[in-house]
Amino acid sequence: MADLHGKYLVGVYDDDEVILHAISKIRKAGVKISEVYSPFAIHGMDEALGHSRTRIGIAAFMFGVTGCICALCLTIWTMGIDWPMIVGGKDPISIPNYIPVTFELTVLFTAFGMVGTFLVTNNLGPGVNPNMFDPRSTDNKFVMAIELGKNKLTEEQISQVLKDSGAEEVNIKQF
Amino acid sequence: MHVTSSVRPPLITGGKTYADVTEDICRQVEGKPTKEWKIAFTISVIVLAYGTACLFWTWWEGLGVWGLNKTVGWAWDITNFVWWVGIGHAGTLISAILLLFRQKWRTSINRAAEAMTIFAVLCAASFILMHMGRPWLAYWALPLPNAFGSLWVNFNSPLVWDVFAISTYFSVSLVFWYIGLIPDLATIRDRAQNKVSRYIYGTLAMGWNGSAKTWARYEYISLILAGLSTPLVLSVHTIVSMDFATSVIPGWHTTIFPPYFVAGAIFSGFAMVQNLMLITRVVYRLEDYITLEHIESMNKVITLTGSIVGVAYLTEFFIAWYSGVEYESYAFINRATGPYWWAYWTMMTCNVISPQLFWSRSIRRSVTWTFFISVIVNIGMWFERFVIIVTSLHRDYLPSSWAMFSPTMYDIGDYIFSFGFFFTLFLLFSKYLPVINMAEVKSVIRSSSEKLPAKVAGVAKGERVANPTFNKDAE
Repeated sequence: MADLHGKYLVGVYDDDEVILHAISKIRKAGVKISEVYSPFAIHGMDEALGHSRTRIGIAAFMFGVTGCICALCLTIWTMGIDWPMIVGGKDPISIPNYIPVTFELTVLFTAFGMVGTFLVTNNLGPGVNPNMFDPRSTDNKFVMAIELGKNKLTEEQISQVLKDSGAEEVNIKQF
Repeated sequence: MHVTSSVRPPLITGGKTYADVTEDICRQVEGKPTKEWKIAFTISVIVLAYGTACLFWTWWEGLGVWGLNKTVGWAWDITNFVWWVGIGHAGTLISAILLLFRQKWRTSINRAAEAMTIFAVLCAASFILMHMGRPWLAYWALPLPNAFGSLWVNFNSPLVWDVFAISTYFSVSLVFWYIGLIPDLATIRDRAQNKVSRYIYGTLAMGWNGSAKTWARYEYISLILAGLSTPLVLSVHTIVSMDFATSVIPGWHTTIFPPYFVAGAIFSGFAMVQNLMLITRVVYRLEDYITLEHIESMNKVITLTGSIVGVAYLTEFFIAWYSGVEYESYAFINRATGPYWWAYWTMMTCNVISPQLFWSRSIRRSVTWTFFISVIVNIGMWFERFVIIVTSLHRDYLPSSWAMFSPTMYDIGDYIFSFGFFFTLFLLFSKYLPVINMAEVKSVIRSSSEKLPAKVAGVAKGERVANPTFNKDAE
């Protein structure tokens, strides 16, 4: 048998509802789906594909905590320790006055940290060349990629399953 | 699964398919600049050039070229700053708060509104630099070690909070906007006919491929960014209002300022969005995407926030009397009947009376009226800041210091600079980037297409009826 690594069967669908239901049928038929590409977010896609819930929120929370601690350290150290000064008759360390800056830095760290994590985990960045199975998947088509090397069924069998599930076209793509 | 009530009017009209959305929105990005765009852009650049010359002279000569005097030390600079920051609140409000409230009509306007936010905040920041007088020392506002300046910055001061609030707001808004742009940039990349635009949009799209995993994370971070931006947007104008409220000037020293400023900011921001979108939808023929429903919804927000602003004006007046503080009472009586009465009554008419016209359904669904009232609202909101700043300052504690403020051509010229800057940026955006978020609009088309019979909403899309049994599977 020829090397099937990097050889994909690409099912092109016309409708988001059709592909969403096709996924469960195809998975039931014992076919392993590599990934699905769509022009917009489809709700229920993760569950259908069996993807686990993203943990990016945990990262975001950690960045937020970091930002909060950094901001408190900055304000307390500069105002109260490095060069203590009484402003407006208040204690040099007056935490309520530091809430705005602490809040802003918490938000700043969370947003940038989270977006940075997002770019890294999705391998997004300037100059990255995406593997596009079908350029229409950013326009109006919904594309399912199935790697032949990772499936037991033959090309013809998978192709038939894809067509039965409502795929408009089935193409072959080699990466 | 989305199921939309049959009584709800469609968000996107004209029975658009996914391909139609791509085609309609990409058209102006891919085509040559139109004649109208070229004319508008030339005018903006001329205005910007004039403003830049005035700004150059302001910096060259110093702030003495403004009409400020020893009594009125803040006038047009801070008025313009607060006005622009206020306008810059609508975009994030639309994309963040309306996302949290699951208001799907936001999808047609969020992109342009966020762009407007970013440009408006840049204009606001330019006034901060201007009013410093010596902009090359602007870094003194940052918490740098003593060797760079004199001491640490004072973290008890709202002016320092403002530095943090505005810079955080600007950068987070920019990130939010850019993340939303990536899928659309990928769409343009994949449609590009020539190498140059393919390279440019490809670089900007950062290798987006629209995989299910990416989309899941994208949706997740959009939600968190919205959750972060919502308190952020409220904090920014709260802190701006504290620049005034924590001082001891009668007319400024009031606890109502934060909510009152935030409401005013949303009010003026929505009015600016209306002005820009009403022009954009006609020029780019996007009437199916920005429908009368969108305009009406925004007008409702304008009426609500305008009414909050109106109540705040009256509350301020009432408290000035009820507090028994004679200086406070005088400040308010002076506003309404003193030498600046015309500014006060302009503000009252524009901000309190004009948005109430939107109670009439025919007015709030009329494009002409909406445009007209939105302009009026922004004039009124400019006067609000002018009234708060100048009328509170011009009658000092000592009657011997009482003075009036009159702007010079440099006050006006620097304001004109911000218009040139804003419209130049907005026109560049509207030509080279998609003005409507295609990916999000595509995701709401199904639940909102007017061709959909109510029963199969969420399953079929117009004439392309999918296998009807799919509906059962999903439920």
